[in-house]
Amino acid sequence: MKARAPRQAPSPGPLRGRDLARTDAEDRPAPRAGAPLRTILLAPGADLAGFRAALRGLVAEGVPPERVAWSSGAAPELFGATEAPAAGAPVPLPRAVADLVPMVVPHRDPERYALLHALIWRILRGERQLLEVASDPLVHRLALMRKAIQRDLHKMHAFLRFRRVPENAGTERFVAWFEPEHHILEAAAPFFVERFRALRWTILTPEGSALWDGAALRFGPPGRREDVPPGDGFEAGWRDYYESTFNPARTNLRAMRAEMPKKYWHNMPETAAIPGLIRAAGARTAAMIEREPQMPTKRQPARAVAAMAEQDPTSLDELNAIIRRTEPLVPGATQAVLGEGPVGATVAFVGEQPGDQEDRQGRPFVGPAGQLLARAMAEAGLVRGEAYLTNAVKHFKFEERGKRRIHQKPTAGEVSHYRWWLDRELEFVAPKLVVALGATAVLALTGKAVPITRARGPFRFERFDNRFQGFITVHPSYLLRLPDEAKAEAYAQFVDDLRRVEALAQELAA
Amino acid sequence: MDEILAKKLRILADAAKYDASCSSSGAPKRAAGPDGLGSTTGAGICHAYTPDGRCISLLKILLTNYCLFDCAYCVNRRSSNVRRAKFTVEEVVTLTVEFYKRNYIEGLFLSSGIIKSPDHTMELLTRVAKALRRDHGFRGYIHLKSIPEASPWLIEEAGLYADRLSINLELPTEASLERLAPEKDGASIQGAMAQIGGRIAEAKAERRRFAPAGQSTQVIVGADATSDEALIRKSAHLYDSFGLKRVYYSAFSPIPDGSTILPLKSPPLQREHRLYQADWLLRYYAFTPDDVADATDDGMFALDVDPKLAWALKNRDRFPVDVNRADREMLLRVPGLGARAVDKIIKARRHTSLRLDDVARLTSGLKRARPFLIAADYRPAGLTDRLDLRARLAEPAEQLSLF
Repeated sequence: MKARAPRQAPSPGPLRGRDLARTDAEDRPAPRAGAPLRTILLAPGADLAGFRAALRGLVAEGVPPERVAWSSGAAPELFGATEAPAAGAPVPLPRAVADLVPMVVPHRDPERYALLHALIWRILRGERQLLEVASDPLVHRLALMRKAIQRDLHKMHAFLRFRRVPENAGTERFVAWFEPEHHILEAAAPFFVERFRALRWTILTPEGSALWDGAALRFGPPGRREDVPPGDGFEAGWRDYYESTFNPARTNLRAMRAEMPKKYWHNMPETAAIPGLIRAAGARTAAMIEREPQMPTKRQPARAVAAMAEQDPTSLDELNAIIRRTEPLVPGATQAVLGEGPVGATVAFVGEQPGDQEDRQGRPFVGPAGQLLARAMAEAGLVRGEAYLTNAVKHFKFEERGKRRIHQKPTAGEVSHYRWWLDRELEFVAPKLVVALGATAVLALTGKAVPITRARGPFRFERFDNRFQGFITVHPSYLLRLPDEAKAEAYAQFVDDLRRVEALAQELAA
Repeated sequence: MDEILAKKLRILADAAKYDASCSSSGAPKRAAGPDGLGSTTGAGICHAYTPDGRCISLLKILLTNYCLFDCAYCVNRRSSNVRRAKFTVEEVVTLTVEFYKRNYIEGLFLSSGIIKSPDHTMELLTRVAKALRRDHGFRGYIHLKSIPEASPWLIEEAGLYADRLSINLELPTEASLERLAPEKDGASIQGAMAQIGGRIAEAKAERRRFAPAGQSTQVIVGADATSDEALIRKSAHLYDSFGLKRVYYSAFSPIPDGSTILPLKSPPLQREHRLYQADWLLRYYAFTPDDVADATDDGMFALDVDPKLAWALKNRDRFPVDVNRADREMLLRVPGLGARAVDKIIKARRHTSLRLDDVARLTSGLKRARPFLIAADYRPAGLTDRLDLRARLAEPAEQLSLF
């Protein structure tokens, strides 16, 4: 595994620093003649921890960038005796800088650490907002490096191809070989964990490997291309897909190469098809253009074309069959609760949504609120069996609290989802009067929120082009929730409403 | 993979490739559950590019290319003699999951010819999405084509499982639809778009999952006489009225077994490119449809200059613009400055006075920008008003489709 600890060599190394930026050079202490150049040795690849530790030491000691030579990759022994770096306190940096560092450290450029050190040096010496100056040469160069890393990560996520390892049945294992341009294996691996969590996979690169066993991600030694199985059962199919989805009439090689440079091709099985596709493209296009339009030889299925429009439910039973087999919008309900009552009923009542009892029994208005409605209807002279009873929403929505299922009001969006069915239902039942019980029913019938207290009484539901008359009153469950002292009066008012409904119904039936 | 499945795949991928949409973007970030498969990154990933320069992001296939419709521009119209095939729901699920596991794709883009009835077809499409989500814990990207002629509740059910829904307008005018797509009806297409748009907006407000990546559409360019200006105005209407995420423009290209009522020549691909640029001006550069119209000559975009440059050349009195002072909206009008370059300029100029070299580091379009901007050490002098400016900035004529 990697040597993480950065080491300092006392001997002067080659001068690495260049003129890193047009900047306040006069603020910098001039390099003292003969002062020893600090050489900092980091582990090969992207040694973020090593860089961070070294940087803390350098900042604590106030060593300017031009006095430091950064080195990575060589074996530590070459440098002979090394001493531990002076431990420094964490360096407080603006967030944007802290985010930039790990996106530059994986870059292959040997100057990456020196450039970051130069940036941080300037930031700590008064240019706190330096990263906002995207036009600054140093900031610009680092931005290009970050972009290169982002692109390399993106291409690895895109172009890596797994092959399945032939193994005993049970868990599937996949292996891939990839050659990133920069030291990005560790930065790239979490993407594959999030995506292929349930699989076992290994990614091999010339610099190291990543292994996911279904629970933990580990990094190991470099792999070889030969360690990947020579083929995969789905590769031929994938190549078929690649060939078939290409449109020869639009051939544009420059665009393809810009996004998928040739260096990636040898690890992508589908690219073997490219030369053949290009060779044949011209002739294929010419053939399409030159070919005389053919008379259709078959498939003039007049009857099928005519029948295709016959998909709408033609009766309430057919509609109910559709509702019954459709899953609830919000999961949980036992079954859809359909409307109940005779087709052609003079009065239809529309409630909100089924409750706990309705959901268990599969019938509307059988719970406490339904019983209250039945009582009030009887007092008002309405016969329950002659009316059509339904709900705006066909499935019970609830929250579980212990053993109880607490009713939850449907949202406006949920009411919209169910509205299509209510509309068709009322079309089939064709009542002369529709009574909306409560705000949800009104929302379903009007498409807007209407305050019940103000709209209570006869109402025109404009959406239905006067196919029936309308009436708005409260939902019986509202009465159940009232404090006892208010209940009697509200109930009397409700019965009063139903009496008006009954009178209207008499009128309309005549 | 067995040979029968491979054969179907070849036919049904070939049949699906005329849909330009390939995007896997816009879905909320998701990661696979403990036993599940798939994630979305938000921006989408292109897993390969074919020699037409288009990206492969999703497995883009038809469930079947049997179709009862007879739309002249479509390779799968019922009167075409192409080979036909039909996948089962399970076959599509298998292909998606196995391709996904090998990191070939971001997910599935499933469309279909109309068989039996629009409802029957829509139900099949939804069953595929449902099986992927339910049986495989699939959290990758799913784009379903909605069939506007299907019952509204079926269109809405699809939105519960798909990231994106799309309905292709294909032809921008009612007259063209009537002539080229007799079974289609513009009103029902727009009605379904409005319906989906409404549900998406409600679900977003209520934090429910319903086609979180929004809806998109495609129009064919060059199959009828519609002008660029009319196309862009149509798009502006679609963005405004139905909250569409994307309008795709697909230059009509020759198809095998083409219909006799189609034009013989396809439009230059550059025209499609200019439409996309103009579309971008609407969505990201605060251009109004009238501004975009102003960039055309008699309703058509020039092929040798981009629409933003064309607009600037016609409105030279509004230039040059000082990069150290101008507001964002005006900077966005400078040819060669992208939205990101503009944002960088605005940030950087708080701390420093920008010279031309500085601007050069922020954009790759300096050549086009130069005549239209002022920097701390630079003025275009008479360049902005030179008669030959257009010729100096025009792109060399190049046929994109040659190889």
